[in-house]
Amino acid sequence: MKNIIKLATATLSMLLAFTSCNNSKQSSSGALASNVADKVYVAPGEHDEFYAFISGGFNGQLSVYGLPSGRLFKVIPVFSQDAEKAYGYSEETKPMLNTSFGFVPWDDLHHPDISQTNGKLDGRYVFVNGNNTPRIAKVDLTTFETTEIIEIPNSAGNHSSSYVTDNTEYVVAGTRFAVPIPQKDIPIKEYKGNFKGTLSFIKVNPEDGGMSIKFQLLMPGFDYDKAHPGRGKSHGWFFFTTYNTEEASTLLEVNASQNDKDFIAAVNWKKIEEYVNNGGGKTVPANYAHNVYDEPTQMATSTLKKEVLIVDPAEVPGAVYFLPTPKSPHGCDVDPTGEYIVGSGKLSANVTVHSYTKMIDAIENKKFAGEAYGIPILNFEDVLAGAVEQPGLGPLHTEFDNEGNAYTSFFISSEIVKWKLGTWEVVDRQPCYYSVGHLMIPGGNSQKPFGKYVLAMNKITKDRYLPTGPEVTQSAQLYDISGNKMELLLDFPTVGEPHYAAGCPADIIKPHSKKIFSLEDNKHPFATKSELDTKVIRDGNTVHIYMTTIRSHFSPDNIEGIKVGDKVYFHVTNLEQDYDVPHGVSMIGANTSELLIMPGQTETFLWEPKQVGVWPFYCTDFCSALHQEMQGYVRVSGPQSNTPLKWSLGEDIE
Amino acid sequence: MTTRLIFISLCFAIFLMNCGGKEDKKKEGFSYEKKTATEHTVKTAETVPASKQVALNNKGVGPITSIELDAEINQDLAAKGEDVYKKMCTACHRPDKKFIGPPPTGILERRSPEWIMNMILNPEGMVQKDPLAKALLIEFNGSPMANQNLTQEEARAVLEYFRTLK
Repeated sequence: MKNIIKLATATLSMLLAFTSCNNSKQSSSGALASNVADKVYVAPGEHDEFYAFISGGFNGQLSVYGLPSGRLFKVIPVFSQDAEKAYGYSEETKPMLNTSFGFVPWDDLHHPDISQTNGKLDGRYVFVNGNNTPRIAKVDLTTFETTEIIEIPNSAGNHSSSYVTDNTEYVVAGTRFAVPIPQKDIPIKEYKGNFKGTLSFIKVNPEDGGMSIKFQLLMPGFDYDKAHPGRGKSHGWFFFTTYNTEEASTLLEVNASQNDKDFIAAVNWKKIEEYVNNGGGKTVPANYAHNVYDEPTQMATSTLKKEVLIVDPAEVPGAVYFLPTPKSPHGCDVDPTGEYIVGSGKLSANVTVHSYTKMIDAIENKKFAGEAYGIPILNFEDVLAGAVEQPGLGPLHTEFDNEGNAYTSFFISSEIVKWKLGTWEVVDRQPCYYSVGHLMIPGGNSQKPFGKYVLAMNKITKDRYLPTGPEVTQSAQLYDISGNKMELLLDFPTVGEPHYAAGCPADIIKPHSKKIFSLEDNKHPFATKSELDTKVIRDGNTVHIYMTTIRSHFSPDNIEGIKVGDKVYFHVTNLEQDYDVPHGVSMIGANTSELLIMPGQTETFLWEPKQVGVWPFYCTDFCSALHQEMQGYVRVSGPQSNTPLKWSLGEDIE
Repeated sequence: MTTRLIFISLCFAIFLMNCGGKEDKKKEGFSYEKKTATEHTVKTAETVPASKQVALNNKGVGPITSIELDAEINQDLAAKGEDVYKKMCTACHRPDKKFIGPPPTGILERRSPEWIMNMILNPEGMVQKDPLAKALLIEFNGSPMANQNLTQEEARAVLEYFRTLK
């Protein structure tokens, strides 16, 4: 009897299970899908739909994730040395981290932005800014490697960057900290009027992406926080949020929050470009590093530039205006049509939206409310398009979809609020866990957003993951925004602090991703393209080893005649021409990192032997079944010894 | 209780004996480890190593299904092939002696032109699907034939160069 009941219950529950299955299938085609896991599941061997380039903040690196899965593919070293990839350790890449202050092996990487053509993502480069020692870097998306870094002179705290214009004409850098320009030894209390802020416009060569500072706009000593280029109709303008218009130099927590309104600076860069092209501006002495990685020679070179062009906005009438914006605005975001400029006043109850059309109208009719250091201030009411009334606490940043909706992050109330452009009505809100900073919709700051997901980057995770001591992981959260209601799909941990991100459909980038470097095109001065050319050359105390690798041996793998006190350069060429067959190499006691050499590439590390003996080196990246056999020996003799310099592979040194 | 103790002691004794046996072998030196490569090619009926087998009808697996060779060797093409060979192949193949892989001298007496080109152009597929390529991988110590991404034209030139190696 009991068994019969059990059987009946089981049958019933199975039936129920099947019925509910059917139900869920039906609803998954509607707006209220119930199977969240399905939406982020990318089956083994399948590819994600989007790339997400997420800043690593204080780790100085840029992480590459797939969306919607949240899987991490690569951590690209940009401003920080990376022992894994020998970035900043190999002789070839050390110059990348050179600055006017010397070698700076770290920076605080904040805001990635993807290059654009006609206001749409073109997937060629990611530009990122270093905040601490002001720099802008360019990551090439064929190799996913940092290929250029330019230091920004007359700047401190390069925060309002690195955003690109509709055709990647310019990438901008704006100073967060006002400083004396040029730098000089004066009392800090003499800040007001003596300290300045610069907004730098870095020209990007349309052919090869090469960067050069076209001009620096010398602005009042405010803090320039975030920026966004005009889009479409407002192309030709650039907008920068400011705070600390109080020009305080101490206790900014209080002193920079006194004014009811700060400004968004509207810069007509086309006008200034024209002025500069006609000989305007003043060339002044400067000192900044420009580091370029050349792919054919696989070498970075660092050049110290000695001058820069400064433009005083007072000398270019009609080029710069201030739009009053409440309470220390952070995010400065322009919608895909280019009409709306959204200022997120961190300490304001409302999200303020300015109108480009009204701004132009006010400028044409010269309706000014005053001026600051010679720069006209427009009337708040004249340029205001509308405000989202009390949507939440602590608005920070706004992204856009392709259907006229805006998504603003609220740090203090820890949520994303979706609202409508034009009517300013709030249509949805979802909590974030916890304290969201910036948001990212792929293409969300271009003319063509891909409004399928919004990614929230959170400042605090607390209890969301297994604890790992006092320092816990940072995290991102993925929301589906394809329906009327946003839906939280996924939490995933991030590397470093995710300040900001840029996303792009994979199809735009994937076809151009390089598989190997062509050995034939390798122009490295120490390349060895064939085992027949391997050699060891002594030049005084310096020894150059021209070495090759292929599965699974080094050539040469026995070397004698090295002496204590030598400087030994291992120039190692990977002869492989097959996808995904890098080799690594390191030498016992080398005071540097391993090399990780891609097929067709040459890299160099320095070893300074300190002890007599026979010392091994080996392949550090698993390459084949005989990887463990991939090794060699260097015999190190005393400084005065007469051991002849010899090398071999496959036979004893005689 | 006692039986268990006896059993454990017995096991322990056997264990010790085993150890002793090994120690004896050690004293003999290294000779016992040494085996020739051919012994590695396991328990097939073949006693001829894969590198010495003649398989002129085997075209292999890959993009090349049919090649017609002129009676005369095209010396220009062979020279081009030698250049490619020097750049891309010598890390593992010396022309006339066994190195990491087998030498190409006389290879056209053992392999079809198609097989040779497929081995160059499609080494991963060959090792998976062609029994001879698989046997060669084992004979040569598990060293994979690297795919050096040659074009068909380059592989054809290398083949012409191989015809000059007799």
